[in-house]
Amino acid sequence: MLLKKKKEQINSESVTLAEKKSFKRRFMIAFNRDKELYLMCLLPLIFVFIFDYGPMYGIQIAFKKFSGARGIWGSPWVGFEHFIRFLEAPQFWDILKNTLYLSIYSLIAGFPFPIILALLVNQVRNQKFKKTVQMMTYAPHFISIVVLCGMISVFLHPSTGIINNVLKSFGFEPIFFLAKPEMFADIYVWSDIWQNTGWGMIIYLAALSSINPDLYEAAKIDGASRLKTIWYIEIPSILPTIVTLFIMRTGKFMSLGFQKAFLLQNSLNIESSEIIATYVYKIGLQNGQFSYSAAIGLFNTIINVILVLSVNQISKKLSGNGLW
Amino acid sequence: MTLIKKSPTAIKNTREDTIFNIVTIILLCIVLLIVAYPIYFVIIASISDPYMVLNGDVTFYPRGFTLDSYKEIFKNSQIWTGYKNSMIYTFFGTILNVSLTMLIAFPLSRNYFSGRKFITGILLVTMYFTGGMIPTYLLIQSLNLYNTFWVMIFLGAVSAYNVIIARTFLEANIPLELEEAAAIDGCSKLQFFFKFVLPLSKSVIAVLVLYYAIAHWNDYMRGLIYLQDEERYPLQLVIRGILLETQVQNMDNATAEELTDMFRRTKLAEAMKYGIIIISTVPTLIIYPFIQKHFVKGVMIGSVKG
Repeated sequence: MLLKKKKEQINSESVTLAEKKSFKRRFMIAFNRDKELYLMCLLPLIFVFIFDYGPMYGIQIAFKKFSGARGIWGSPWVGFEHFIRFLEAPQFWDILKNTLYLSIYSLIAGFPFPIILALLVNQVRNQKFKKTVQMMTYAPHFISIVVLCGMISVFLHPSTGIINNVLKSFGFEPIFFLAKPEMFADIYVWSDIWQNTGWGMIIYLAALSSINPDLYEAAKIDGASRLKTIWYIEIPSILPTIVTLFIMRTGKFMSLGFQKAFLLQNSLNIESSEIIATYVYKIGLQNGQFSYSAAIGLFNTIINVILVLSVNQISKKLSGNGLW
Repeated sequence: MTLIKKSPTAIKNTREDTIFNIVTIILLCIVLLIVAYPIYFVIIASISDPYMVLNGDVTFYPRGFTLDSYKEIFKNSQIWTGYKNSMIYTFFGTILNVSLTMLIAFPLSRNYFSGRKFITGILLVTMYFTGGMIPTYLLIQSLNLYNTFWVMIFLGAVSAYNVIIARTFLEANIPLELEEAAAIDGCSKLQFFFKFVLPLSKSVIAVLVLYYAIAHWNDYMRGLIYLQDEERYPLQLVIRGILLETQVQNMDNATAEELTDMFRRTKLAEAMKYGIIIISTVPTLIIYPFIQKHFVKGVMIGSVKG
């Protein structure tokens, strides 16, 4: 209260010099009041600065010719040399194509499933059955990526995997799925859908449960069928949630899955499984070309940031919903 | 928040609705089957006779019950070292994560706090913009953290997403009036944090512990990039070697006996994989039914403001 009064007093003085002074004073007053809170932030912020912002300092090696002896600061600048080299590299288009294909495929195939599942689960009146479905479908989310990929490779094993055993029992030839480049994206995307559809449904279920019951009643009195209720009440009600999640999803558009692509990769499917993230790892940590690989990584990050910002802008214009 | 809706019973279901209900149930049963069967299969395969599993004789129930593959796994010292390491990383990592997250979430939840916007901004940037793999690697090396215990718990110690979850919870559950009342009684902000905020935040702390602990337990990236000694490898990295790396064996000048032996061992190794999947997932599987609702709560809190 005291602060507010003081603010008003200060605001009434319209001299610029006084305003400047008052800002400083106001800040000092606020700082004095909040110093314990600042103290609490200190330790976490130190971690954030060292381990999240520290690497950002190192991004400059993407524009330098990095040598371990000279360190990050001492290495000579080379401008956009590494970026140009990447753009002109023979693998560039393949890697970019693979990355974009996997991303778009996962987005288009994966995004609608949680919404559909949530709408279905929301129709169930039997609470026990509903709980069972929820419990079971959330579970795969907690399986680690290594175990998931292990399951994929065991199930798809060419001579002993269950899928091929079934194929064989129906008289088909066994297929070595993981050795086929054209099947890599399908395996990648559909295993992801298996793992995360249930988990992704939670937010939509929450949104559905907050729909005003009066709407349902009104619809029922008007003689709307279940299907119509979904179409005219439920989907419009969760539309803002869908938009928000879609933006957040695009934020991860290019950063998806180093881990999974790397784990499922082998020399036979490499032509379609090499994505930017795995290429960065190989060039940088296995071949030791730090600068070149940092440039490729930065290229990826920048595309990502541009994507989030533009999708956010577009959605703000279209629907008034945005992340910030 | 309840998911139960009162449906007006006065109006009877139409025929169309009845069909719709049946279709819904059938679809959901199919979903259940697709989700559950792979997990169920791994379980029954791990306790069945390896040869029957590999020949495709096991489909719906275990056959030729045996615990051989588990016995084999228990003999493997690498797995146990990995288990121990993962436990240690998960335990200490989670303590650090949760402490830091709560410490920063409380000030950010106070709407009068003058640094609120700025510090939130600092955190949000890290969600979308990172230094990338190579700069992070160079940093870890220059800090002499490469191949140490510390890199496994320091890196990514504060997750912006989890801070937002905690902050949102504290905004809603620690009223300013309580803080004022405590201040009148001469309680400093720090005292207030330890005496009131922490005890009142048990449920969100549970959510944080679970999120961070599962992330540590399932993590293999950090081990892959920043660890060199196999004795320090977390479990996920160890089992990756067993599950996914195909061993190339020297088949030249082996006697027939050696060949059959090799063949037997490869088969057993293939069957062992089911047991390994189970063993490494057991900690999560055991606690999962109890913690499920906390996880869900975390998603709900976090979804209020992305």
